[in-house]
Amino acid sequence: MSKVIVCDGNEAAAWGACLSRPDMVAVYPITPQSSLVEYLAKFIAEGKMTADLVDVEGEHSVLSVLHGACLAGARTYSATSAQGLAFMFEPYFRTPSLRMPMVVSLVTRDAVSPTCVWGGQQDAMTVKEVGWIHMYCETQQEILDTIPIAYKVAEHPDVMLPVNVNHDGNYLSYGVARVELPDQEIVDSFLGEKNVNWHACLDPERPMAVDPLTGGAGGIGPSTFVKYRKGQCSGMQMALQVIEEAHADWGKRTGRYWSPLIEEYRMEDAEVALVTIGSMTGAAKDAVDEARLDGRKVGIVKIKTFRPFPVQRIAKALSKVRAIGVVDRAVNFGWNSGPVFQEVLGALYHLPVRIPAMSFIGGLAGADITVEHFARAIDRTNRLAAGEAATLPVWLNEND
Amino acid sequence: MHEVRLHGRGGQGAVLASAILAAALVEEGQHVMAIPAFGFERRGAPVVAFLRLSEQVIRRVTNIYHPDIVVVIDPTVVRAVDVFAGMPQNGTFVLATSKQPSELDLPGHLARVAVCDAVRIAMEIFKRQITNTIMLGALAKATGVVSVEALEKALEKTDFRDAGLRQNIEAVRRGYAETSVIELGKEKAA
Repeated sequence: MSKVIVCDGNEAAAWGACLSRPDMVAVYPITPQSSLVEYLAKFIAEGKMTADLVDVEGEHSVLSVLHGACLAGARTYSATSAQGLAFMFEPYFRTPSLRMPMVVSLVTRDAVSPTCVWGGQQDAMTVKEVGWIHMYCETQQEILDTIPIAYKVAEHPDVMLPVNVNHDGNYLSYGVARVELPDQEIVDSFLGEKNVNWHACLDPERPMAVDPLTGGAGGIGPSTFVKYRKGQCSGMQMALQVIEEAHADWGKRTGRYWSPLIEEYRMEDAEVALVTIGSMTGAAKDAVDEARLDGRKVGIVKIKTFRPFPVQRIAKALSKVRAIGVVDRAVNFGWNSGPVFQEVLGALYHLPVRIPAMSFIGGLAGADITVEHFARAIDRTNRLAAGEAATLPVWLNEND
Repeated sequence: MHEVRLHGRGGQGAVLASAILAAALVEEGQHVMAIPAFGFERRGAPVVAFLRLSEQVIRRVTNIYHPDIVVVIDPTVVRAVDVFAGMPQNGTFVLATSKQPSELDLPGHLARVAVCDAVRIAMEIFKRQITNTIMLGALAKATGVVSVEALEKALEKTDFRDAGLRQNIEAVRRGYAETSVIELGKEKAA
């Protein structure tokens, strides 16, 4: 049972949050996230949502307020973008180390300078090593569905980590499509009874110190610090399985089975592959279908879960192709490539053979990645398979 | 698949019109992807909104470069931007204007042009030059891709209430009724 609505990605995210029944949301607006938090305020004003909304003075406070709520056992939600995420960074770093099961949408946007307020994944990619789980959505429907899934993952006792559910600024945040809104009962039964007994919980009846001074070079410091870090890494690795289970459970209840870690599109006999992430994938699929009509065996591996990086899955999915083109919507300044490209190279190291790969960068600061751009990436990757040397990187919008 | 581009000016509701059109098309069982083009929008500046519709699932989340349907909800924006840019052969052009099609300077490859004196209708209904929902009626008449009934249902799902809702329903109906459609191909053949 569900009803059909027609909405943009920001409203879809707000519905996903609303259906997950957070106890507290804290918000500060920033383009292109603003309408998302306006929807939350509207839902609360209309009585659709019972969360306490804290309208704070900046993103540092957004996350700090939610830390307090989370430590008191509350389910929490927020959303931000780009410079807002930058301002949030200090408590953002603390969130996974304190093992807080929080869900925050990143409405991805390119980072200034030069000044821009439009989509790109530079913000989310810049914080990939902080220890949050990162999932990237392809459609408005996937945004809505992934938020309850994210709570299921975050609050799982084997995981206990915060999750960023990411959707592309502009194209998904303001793009309008048909979305099925699941009944509240479906989401309630999927999430089950909320277990607020987080590992650390502020309780006057049971006083405890949270976040003790740890580390240093003497006594139990080093080994204790390693224990904390290993625990975080273990939670991340456990998440790989929990993410798959949560997606499968959601699929059973709603009929919508999203690929949890990676999606393989027409890979069964593919000779070359594109790797994509986020909303660009739809145009890539159309380009692959057109290339296939010309007899070119192309497929796509789309990354949904970027953190933890599904290394083995990606290596296996790409193991049989002769060349790979990785399309990024952000820049990896240190490698003169896209960030996903570097990640994929790392995964390919697990294979006995060396497969040539190339980095394509497009869609920065609101630029479009069209079917024609993908056709060019496919052409170039085919030539790479045929023996032409790789160049680093191809800037898809350079001559737009 | 049809690709629609709406032209207007900031504050006239072109983006809202595309969202209402999207809802109406879903009401009719179509798949849609509506994306507003973006910049530093401000009142009075030319704005564009894109909408794709299809009986199949639409996967590409991209802007539109070759619209077969162009709707211009503001009579003056044609002087500011090339509203025909990228239109393929046999496109449909829908314009808010008090002029007749014969008085317009049109490119030769259009198949169909529709005109609606939307500013006059808007002044009568809203006492303001808000033409967006009137031009949705004009689009329905010119293309047949959406019905007036579906547009009315979509309006009922917006935040329009009471008098505002009644006025906008009247706007869609009058836009439909008071739009003249000319088949250019036939005119040339005659």
